[in-house]
Amino acid sequence: MRSTEASTPEAGPGRAAPPGPLAAHLGAVWGNLLPFLVLGVAWEAIVRMQVFPPILMPSLLDIGGTAVRMAMDGSLFNHVGSSVLRLLVGFVVGAVAGVGLGMAMGQSQRVERFFLPLLSALMPIPGLAWIPLFILWFGLGDGATVGVIIFSVVLPVAFNTWTGVKSANPVWVRAAESMGCRGRQLFFKVVLPGSLSMIFTGLRIGLSQGWRALVAGEMLSSPDWGMGFAIFDSRQFLATDVMLVMVMCIGFTGFLIVTVLFGWLEKRTVVRWGMLQEVGA
Amino acid sequence: MAAVSIRGLTKEYVQDDRRVIAVSNVDLDIGDGEFVCVVGHSGCGKTTLLNILAGFIEPTTGTITFGDGGGPRQGDIGVVFQEYALFPWRTALGNVEFGLEMRNVPPAERRRRAQAFLELVHLGHAASTFPHQLSGGMRQRVAVARAMAYEPALMLMDEPFGALDAQTRERLQSLTEEIWQKTRKTVFYVTHNLAEAVYLADRIVVMRPNPGRIHEVIAVDLPRPRDALSPAFVALQRHITEMIRDDRGTGDEKH
Repeated sequence: MRSTEASTPEAGPGRAAPPGPLAAHLGAVWGNLLPFLVLGVAWEAIVRMQVFPPILMPSLLDIGGTAVRMAMDGSLFNHVGSSVLRLLVGFVVGAVAGVGLGMAMGQSQRVERFFLPLLSALMPIPGLAWIPLFILWFGLGDGATVGVIIFSVVLPVAFNTWTGVKSANPVWVRAAESMGCRGRQLFFKVVLPGSLSMIFTGLRIGLSQGWRALVAGEMLSSPDWGMGFAIFDSRQFLATDVMLVMVMCIGFTGFLIVTVLFGWLEKRTVVRWGMLQEVGA
Repeated sequence: MAAVSIRGLTKEYVQDDRRVIAVSNVDLDIGDGEFVCVVGHSGCGKTTLLNILAGFIEPTTGTITFGDGGGPRQGDIGVVFQEYALFPWRTALGNVEFGLEMRNVPPAERRRRAQAFLELVHLGHAASTFPHQLSGGMRQRVAVARAMAYEPALMLMDEPFGALDAQTRERLQSLTEEIWQKTRKTVFYVTHNLAEAVYLADRIVVMRPNPGRIHEVIAVDLPRPRDALSPAFVALQRHITEMIRDDRGTGDEKH
């Protein structure tokens, strides 16, 4: 008889489930795939009914062909790569600044008093609203786009980090202090891990807002490459197949970054620590 | 030799333009290796006293002197809190190692010592478990190990088992007795459970509210381990119950 003590945490409920892990996994994959299959069939039906002229609404086969062609000539990867690069630069800068600002606000009342009104006033403004201004200031191209991504990332990250520090259990700090922990150690060993789940929340929001800012920024600031640019540029040639390929790439890349990367990070930290229920679990 | 000497300790604060005396003129010596329990109803100042000893709050007047002549120093006391205070991001072992880390004990040595203290609370098998996977009683056992692992001069326990169910609570009381017999730590233990105090204490400090003060200090001369159903045990418990019967419902405990 297996002990019910928590010394065997690997014997979780997932393992005891009757269908077995592989069948359960395949079932989950099928459950996620089904809506897309239905959507595809519906799309094809509308195409066949010729609701729109074929040039405006290409069939899935044409879209697939365009994707293959763009992959073969490399333009697909150039567009995706340039966008992801811009996003990463803007996101990393914005995230570091946002976590730093949020932490400073959580630790110091004076910093909090100064920045909180600013954050509250700026948060509701969509990052996109700044794009024309940023283009005038930083010129067409990467500067304006990366700038608006940074701007879109900093605010939610700072706000959630600040909330996380504020709502971290004060008894953790007391316990640490009673064991002689203070200063930098208190910050890195207690305050930071204690607010990590809220920091992740901020990073997720920041990333999805930065992602939107990226696409819009590319549409308006006309760089040479980029998924947003490709979509906007294609309208001149009625290249709806290219538009759709790019839209799908945006969706897929965003999914990979947000769900796969963050899911992976969270599973190894806050979910493992029981500080956050796994999203969708 | 007294491990801790408290002299003329008073804590006042102002609430709604009213002066509140949380603790008034407390004198108390805690002997080296002594188990002292503090009892009393809410508002009698027992938690305030513990928080002052822990260095979490400053007294208004009065002094606290440790055996070596110093005042209260964080890092030389071990605190077990009523609420769950383990770090969720650390395993049971990692939690117990924390205090040793603060003393720059090398990793191999601190792992060995932390493991030894986990075994002292019968949780050697749960070293790599995270707190959220442990039951409430197990968490408090890890918390006890964590507060002891760096050999503090004084252990402060603030109703450590108050949130647990009766059976778990009883098991942990006898575990506490067993550990104390082995280690002979100096313990300052706050509780509102009189049976717990009579079971554990060398001396019971009875406090009463308005203002919070020491009413009486009672030496418990019953042989250990104590039988909670023996006539002497029951008589002492009744004696203290009657002493503080009229103090109930005098307000919330102030921290």
